[in-house]
Amino acid sequence: MMMYEELRNQVISLLSKQTRLDGRKPHEYREVKVETGVSKNAEGSAKVKIGDTEVIAGVKLEVMKPYPDQPDQGSMMVNVELYPMSSPEFETGPPDIFAIELARITDRAIRESKTLDTKKLCIEAGEKAWMVVIDVCTLNDAGNLYDAIYLAAMAAMKDAVFPAFDGVKLEYKNKTEEKLPLSRVPVSVTVFKYGDHILVDPTNEEEKAIDARLTVGVLENGNICSLQKGGDVAIVADDIFRMVDLAKQKSQELRKHL
Amino acid sequence: MTYDKRFDGRAFDEMRPIEAKAGIIKRAHGSGWFKIGNTEAYAAVYGPREMFPRFMQNPEKGVLRVHYNMMPFSSAGERVRPGPSRRSKEISHVAQKALLPVVDLSEFSNAVVDVFIELPQTDAGTRCAGICAASIALADAGIPMKDMVCAISAGRVEDKMLVDLNYEEDSHENGVDIPIAMLHNSKKISLIQMDGELSSDDLKKAVEMVRNACDRIFEVQKQALKKKFDISD
Amino acid sequence: MGEIQVKDKEVVVPGETLATGMDFLPSYGTYREGDKILASRLGLVTIEGKVIKLVPLSGVYHPKRGDTIIGHVTEILLSGWRIDTNSAYSAVLNMKDATSEFIARGADLTKYFEIGDCVMVKIINVTSQNLVDLTMKGPGLRKLRGGRILSVNANKVPRIIGKQGSMVSMIKQYTNCRILVGQNGIVWIQGEDPAQELLAVQTIKKIEREAHISGLTDSIKGFLEKNRGPNAPRPQAMNHGEGDAQ
Repeated sequence: MMMYEELRNQVISLLSKQTRLDGRKPHEYREVKVETGVSKNAEGSAKVKIGDTEVIAGVKLEVMKPYPDQPDQGSMMVNVELYPMSSPEFETGPPDIFAIELARITDRAIRESKTLDTKKLCIEAGEKAWMVVIDVCTLNDAGNLYDAIYLAAMAAMKDAVFPAFDGVKLEYKNKTEEKLPLSRVPVSVTVFKYGDHILVDPTNEEEKAIDARLTVGVLENGNICSLQKGGDVAIVADDIFRMVDLAKQKSQELRKHL
Repeated sequence: MTYDKRFDGRAFDEMRPIEAKAGIIKRAHGSGWFKIGNTEAYAAVYGPREMFPRFMQNPEKGVLRVHYNMMPFSSAGERVRPGPSRRSKEISHVAQKALLPVVDLSEFSNAVVDVFIELPQTDAGTRCAGICAASIALADAGIPMKDMVCAISAGRVEDKMLVDLNYEEDSHENGVDIPIAMLHNSKKISLIQMDGELSSDDLKKAVEMVRNACDRIFEVQKQALKKKFDISD
Repeated sequence: MGEIQVKDKEVVVPGETLATGMDFLPSYGTYREGDKILASRLGLVTIEGKVIKLVPLSGVYHPKRGDTIIGHVTEILLSGWRIDTNSAYSAVLNMKDATSEFIARGADLTKYFEIGDCVMVKIINVTSQNLVDLTMKGPGLRKLRGGRILSVNANKVPRIIGKQGSMVSMIKQYTNCRILVGQNGIVWIQGEDPAQELLAVQTIKKIEREAHISGLTDSIKGFLEKNRGPNAPRPQAMNHGEGDAQ
């Protein structure tokens, strides 16, 4: 028997009546709040709340030697820290596979949208380029870290400014007004499947009983730029299309916060 | 050299503005947030809960574990690499010793009380802010506790003794930083560290300054906890 | 002359001075230090004559002999089941305490309870090392099927139940839900209508939040009246202590 079979049955029974454990409609997010400039030492930062879920993201800019295969480009990296402060289920220690997957899902939506012009991050070809490091740290996990982490990462990138750099010395204390070269605003939406039903923004309780999930990176023009399927159950192609459609629809709501 | 006026214009015995909250991390059994100037600390308490690994269990009483960490983007300079460092391990250790004298874990044999301290933004005095937040979190979690722990640093820049050094003062080449944690009622000291050079007389002055600051910190911690249970707003 | 430094029913913090002088007596959650009485935990001050004590407002459940709790099965043991008690200590339900049926040695215990099953049980023993034994023999003790589980602060359980079960009875009548409250803060709720079930959940969460405020019964009654749907059951005259164990 599955540990959460009873919970799953209950979620499905409620979804068939167009409702959920906390009374929301299947396609309804909890209240979303995005606040930027929350950490003064970071080049950019944002705190995101979705209901009781809360994460904080910070951008640090470093000057590095470009990768040999891309000597005229800077780079970016997303790292997710699932702090044991934020859930009894998280442990201390190096990022586990859940943290790594969350980081890579977030990284993929940003990277594949090509919103960040990495060529503009080059300072001196083959010698110096900016590396954008985005760290997202969890404060409280009440479910749907997927979308909260993405929103925080993107909001922090939009908030970021370059520190002063004279070609030799990097002055973190001295911030310029120059923003990161971002051209579009991809949004990542995760859709969850239970039986024949789909929903967005599960609570941590609902998350325990999912069959499958699909995270979709959505661009302003409605095209998609990244996908990641999760969960133990295989799903038919029509489910994927249905989940992508819902993600596209919900992305418009989330984009308003960026 | 004389230090006539503090970099941020404060009086020598003046702390930076302090704010605190309790119960901000919903999944935790207790939580606290403490901000002093631009230094900001979250603390969450889980427990008493089952302790793993089992060989670390104490059959006589519960174990207090403290974990201090700076968020990667929290520091004024370069990114702090995630994961424990020698510094963060030592601070976790001394923070545990700072909190241990007030908590009574005798009822919780074999169990653990975990305290997690996370700093999203730092401007010196992080271990003290972390201990102040942790003290709020432990109280909020309903852990039996004889007293609150209040922590702040005192020190010297050039010729002047002062309280609550900011980053600029802390990193001054002719400066001394003395973080101190004090039990609010007995004024016993549960953490003291120092770097720099100091006379015994100046050390006495530093402790006296912390003693006075401690009462203000207790007041802020107390109001934060009371406010959590005030549902009028 | 001794003096009380706080108000009755005020929230106080560890180390806070509750009274000065020698006229008062420290009781639960307080201690004497010189001529002062101080709080030794966070809690609500209660002054009864000369006695000062605290009512805890937070804290993880601690297993106590005689408590009826709701737990779930986490492990199948050789001769019973391990039960999560929503505390730092798991408990054991031995097969001889689970049923009066004869269970042969080596029988498949999952026929009775499987991992994840929710059970209402009573604590029969807690050792000095906090080893906890349970029984399912007793009125109302059983496996709980269906329904939803809510976890609340165990210190608020007495207010959720109310005097002689009056509070939980009121919620049951307004929402037409079956409700069981474990002393360990686990609440089981089952109703026909999701909206009614949700109202029961929201009401219990409201009690958890406001348990220390005076006039709780009236405010909860008002909340139930206001949020009761048009098709909701008419509450009958209060009927204390009906049906389910609390």
